[in-house]
Amino acid sequence: MEVNILVGGAAGQGMDTVMNLLGKSLVREGYGLIYTKDYMSRVRGGHNFSTLRIAGGTPWTTVHSVDIMVALNEETYKLHHHKLAPSGRVIYDPEVFTLPEEEDRGVAIELKKLAEEAGGKVMANTVAVGTLLVLLGMESNTVEELLEETFKEKEGMAGKNVNALKAGMAAAEKFCSACFPLPPKNEDSQKLFIDGNQVLGMAALGSGCRFLSAYPMTPSTGVMNYLAEKSKDYPVVVEQAEDEIAAINMALGASYSGVRSLTCTSGGGFALMVEGLSLAGMIETPLVIILAMRPGPATGLPTRTEQGDLEFSIHGGHGEFPRAVLAATSHEDAFYRLNKAFELADRYQVPVIFLSDQNFADTHRSVEPFDFSRLGYNRHLVEEGGYEKPYKRYRLTESGISPRAIPGQFPGETVLVDSDEHDQNGNIIESAEERNQMSAKRMRKLKALAEEMDEPDLYGDPRPETLLIGWGSTYGVLRETIDALSASGLKVAMLHFSDIWPLPQKRLRSLLPEVRLSCCVENNATGQLASLIRRETGLTVDKRINKNDGRPFMPDEIIKEVEKYHES
Amino acid sequence: MKADHFLLGETAWCPGCGNFPIREALAGALAELDLPPEQVLICSGIGQAAKMPHYIKANGFNGLHGRALPPALGAKIANKSLKVIVSSGDGDSYGEGGNHFIHNVRRNPNLAHFIHDNQVYGLTKGQASPTSDPGMVTGVQVNGVINPALNPLALALVLGSGFVARCFSGEKEHLKETMKAAINFEGYALVDILQPCVSFNKYNTYKWYKDRVYFPEVSDPTDWSAAMDLARQWGDQIPLGIFYNAPRPTFEDSLEVLSGEPLAKRPFEPNDVAGVQNEFL
Repeated sequence: MEVNILVGGAAGQGMDTVMNLLGKSLVREGYGLIYTKDYMSRVRGGHNFSTLRIAGGTPWTTVHSVDIMVALNEETYKLHHHKLAPSGRVIYDPEVFTLPEEEDRGVAIELKKLAEEAGGKVMANTVAVGTLLVLLGMESNTVEELLEETFKEKEGMAGKNVNALKAGMAAAEKFCSACFPLPPKNEDSQKLFIDGNQVLGMAALGSGCRFLSAYPMTPSTGVMNYLAEKSKDYPVVVEQAEDEIAAINMALGASYSGVRSLTCTSGGGFALMVEGLSLAGMIETPLVIILAMRPGPATGLPTRTEQGDLEFSIHGGHGEFPRAVLAATSHEDAFYRLNKAFELADRYQVPVIFLSDQNFADTHRSVEPFDFSRLGYNRHLVEEGGYEKPYKRYRLTESGISPRAIPGQFPGETVLVDSDEHDQNGNIIESAEERNQMSAKRMRKLKALAEEMDEPDLYGDPRPETLLIGWGSTYGVLRETIDALSASGLKVAMLHFSDIWPLPQKRLRSLLPEVRLSCCVENNATGQLASLIRRETGLTVDKRINKNDGRPFMPDEIIKEVEKYHES
Repeated sequence: MKADHFLLGETAWCPGCGNFPIREALAGALAELDLPPEQVLICSGIGQAAKMPHYIKANGFNGLHGRALPPALGAKIANKSLKVIVSSGDGDSYGEGGNHFIHNVRRNPNLAHFIHDNQVYGLTKGQASPTSDPGMVTGVQVNGVINPALNPLALALVLGSGFVARCFSGEKEHLKETMKAAINFEGYALVDILQPCVSFNKYNTYKWYKDRVYFPEVSDPTDWSAAMDLARQWGDQIPLGIFYNAPRPTFEDSLEVLSGEPLAKRPFEPNDVAGVQNEFL
């Protein structure tokens, strides 16, 4: 049992208002849901829509079919009516447009007029929420509670919105009441209603990140917004840099000087950062970079999703230096994994790239509250008496990790870092011998770093005949795909990577040769993980299932591909 | 403390390079201000001037070409108790790093920016820099520089810099005193230091500067228009001195979160912030 709701209109019509109000209310009442956004790179006009799926547990992905459509303009109806279930309904404002005569699923609500009567046409979306409540058979008290919280500082606004909500409910009664039964509520603890960028921002705050410098770039900006808001109450500084080059270099300065630092961007910004990435490798200064991917090349599709920068994140930056690349898979995992990124950066004194994408960044889900006591804050700075005097920033060690001090930590000791090749003290050198020593020291860190990588998550049949391989934000859609394929009798499993570089190989090496069919499912044109697997292990993935139109995969698309390969 | 305390290493500069007196003036300024080396951070980019962190005993961040200012700002935010000095060349500061120059003058962080302005690219052997005078012939500008020179002092004034000065490496005592004033200044302090490049700039020689520099009377260092007039003088007469000295609120002062202990020294425990997730319930 599940309900799928689509709200569409032009940019600026406030689809988010509807979804946030409804979504948060549903989660408060105990329903599990996912809500995704599909929007254009413009502030007004065009066509944007959001999809909300309510299902038992917490659904992992949205789907194509729609039960209730809220069409804020005619275009929404025209673009999406083919997805509407035969028993579905379309909520629309008859003053804005009329439905074709043969369409008998209409729920005509005078959204604007009712909103004006309640106190202002901006509340048309609240009217729509009222109508949705009736169709879903819900009471209004949780939404009212949320409206009170939202408008507590705006005199009279909560009351007006409640009036608008009630008007939307009253108008809906004559159409259908509770005609979309909701799935059972979750009995366990209260869930969070949160999107991917907020998860990452909160994880950064919980990891003790004290500085974020970034240049706004969709779809990463939500992390900036989150931490900027928190800087009012917590000791974190968010600085909007003049460009991404400044952003990464500022973050390195702050990290060198002693605080956990972060920058976030998307592909184009990361392209500007790669010289700084290489600097982080050379000066062995911890840094976490959130790379929220969108389709390229160049400006590409700025508000859409892609997994096109995997190879770029592994190879970006001139010269050779150790780094780690981790990825956001689910909201549940990403919170702890971003903390891992900070921990690895500090322990190994390396840059860590954390891959996200628009699909992850903008998607809300209902998730368990996070356990902050599981987060690490281990800075690995030397302590008094814990280093050989005089202090040398790049002292040669067996592990390759040199004792790290910060400026001003010890009287009489200074810390020198240099982008040139340097000696143990940090001073410029050109001798072949010292170059070799220093390069080998840096690269030695890779061995232990590789051991830190989590093996990919294995879900499904423990002895699969068909194996789907993925990474990052496709986790949810692949899980539902596996569930559906298993239900149809296939012995199928998924192998999903969160830690990607250095590539963890044990499960790949044991499983890949055993399965009859392996498919790498990636939101890119070429199958970058499949290529990486081939390069690192010599093993070949049989098929590559790719999609790079800027939209996330839906389960039915993957199922169709897998079935096609099975038939052949 | 003695200036010698701050001098270290064998330099890679040409004999007679203007960087030597700049380095001695900087060491003298640090010594006279009695700053312990571990409380000083010198940031630089790439170039001959940018090697300064290797030759002065202090913390050093010798980063990428053009990128001396961003790490300096980041370091200052993380630990505002550090005295942060940026010491780099004209190509690094005004060319490759021009965008950072513009925006950090606007930000007004508390740091002193010493630009070794020899009007030429030394490390890459003699191409024009943003401050090269028109007509200067180089291996790349084969028919002479055609663009007007960038005027860093006028630009800084227009952008709202509270401290704008010009020095000459041949006037070491004046340079040292100006550096001290810049280091003590609350906010972004620009000191453009004219220096000969004995190997690659055959135009702006030591004598060329010596014949032109003079010390005008600056009766009111808060008079922006008078400062602008001095900043725009170039040619037969080149004025030296602190043209403008009028503090405005610094970047750090404007951030409430930075009041109190430096960020880098504050303890942290993840569990203490767990309540932050309640807003999503």
